[in-house]
Amino acid sequence: MIKLSLPFTEEKIRALKVGDAVEVSGVVFTGRDAVHKYLHEGGKLPPGVSLRDGIIYHCGPVMMQHDDGSWKCTAAGPTTSIREEPDQGQIIRDFGVRAVIGKGGMGDRTLAACKEHGCVYLHGVGGAAQVLAECVKKVRNVYFLKEFGSPEAIWELEVENFPAVVTIDAHGNSLHREIFAASQAKLAQLI
Amino acid sequence: MTMLHDSLVELIRRTSAEIPDDVLQSILAALEAEKKGTIAEAAMKIIEKNIELAKRKSQPICQDTGSVIFYVDCPVGFDQITFHETAREAVKDATKKGFLRQNSVDSLTGKNDGTNLGPGAPTVHFHQHRTEDVQVRLMLKGGGCENVGAQYSLPIEKLHANRDLDGCRKVILDAVLQAQGKGCGPGVLGVCIGGDRATGYEFSKQQLLRLIPDRNPVPELDKLEQDIFKTANELGIGPMGFGGKTTLLGVKICAANRVPASFFVSVSYMCWAFRRQGVSLSPAGKIEKWLY
Repeated sequence: MIKLSLPFTEEKIRALKVGDAVEVSGVVFTGRDAVHKYLHEGGKLPPGVSLRDGIIYHCGPVMMQHDDGSWKCTAAGPTTSIREEPDQGQIIRDFGVRAVIGKGGMGDRTLAACKEHGCVYLHGVGGAAQVLAECVKKVRNVYFLKEFGSPEAIWELEVENFPAVVTIDAHGNSLHREIFAASQAKLAQLI
Repeated sequence: MTMLHDSLVELIRRTSAEIPDDVLQSILAALEAEKKGTIAEAAMKIIEKNIELAKRKSQPICQDTGSVIFYVDCPVGFDQITFHETAREAVKDATKKGFLRQNSVDSLTGKNDGTNLGPGAPTVHFHQHRTEDVQVRLMLKGGGCENVGAQYSLPIEKLHANRDLDGCRKVILDAVLQAQGKGCGPGVLGVCIGGDRATGYEFSKQQLLRLIPDRNPVPELDKLEQDIFKTANELGIGPMGFGGKTTLLGVKICAANRVPASFFVSVSYMCWAFRRQGVSLSPAGKIEKWLY
């Protein structure tokens, strides 16, 4: 188990390899379909949000608001990442992202961007919304809540020991590509 | 608020927070089967812990509380309009209580009004029967697994899939291959052979109402279910697509008639966070029995 604390450095990220189990601690920002589309189309990050040397987490959490206006995260697992494939590489490059957390893996363009810019893809356990919500120690802020709605907003979360697995590293390796190729070959034998 | 309303809110709460026992048993068996010390085993351990935590805290197992789909078996003369209206109110209130995420988006404007109500949300399927009881089943179908569903129109030359059971086998296994871990495996397949494009998908989803360990009464389909289950679990895709022994927890297949020109095979994928429950209701709408 490798402990990773934010903010990251390129060196620390390049030291990771496919199959490493990690636990992430620090401030992360969520962003999914609406945010990726917005950034891809040239949108600016709002003041207070920086992805540089940080994480974008593909997640649409369940949030409950207390009477004093503060938020409690009651469910927060990763969403399917492949939908962000058309935009992810550009966002990694333009915003200096060091790690993407999601589920299901990503494709060749993200793989290439990870290699070129020093970024990794961290795979969370899909559906494990309660285990992962327990890792969210504080909801620090929310951005674009009105514009994008709660699941699609940018949530600023303080996480502690968030478990994930490196499935795309910064050296051009992808567990998803390996497993797909191996399972395809196996199926060809069994069909 | 009526008793029916309160019963439906409770049905939604329990469906969202508690996995049915048949699914839990198959997940525990999958955890046991994974090789110790692998990332597949670590993922299954997190899944097991998550199930326990969601139940204890009465909070959603998965943050994607999915499409809300009711299946209602009711007697002749049952007031479907009142039921539908009550179900809508129950969904709205369950959302306020955090049992459901604000999960319904206007497809034209992209707006999410936070109520989980709109055209097709929730969906209610009614089915009349000749007995007096009312049974309500609920499925919360997450988007990740819904997105890896597939519909094949046979023949498909590229997959060497002809218009026969072997062709069906080939395309169903192709769906498993294409899904990899993206649908939050290990998952369960619901399949319909035949029908049209709409009924094929509809019936494939209804197969997911069956219990995991049950067996298909139709010998050909039973054989196909067992075959797909065994073969898929030899592919090494594993939990979350991390590699490993369990790719599927179950396979459920039905057949519907088709027109001579069409031969569809429709595959619905359900994630491990398999949220389905059901209740028998008294005439006043009180929960008398849980169905899963």
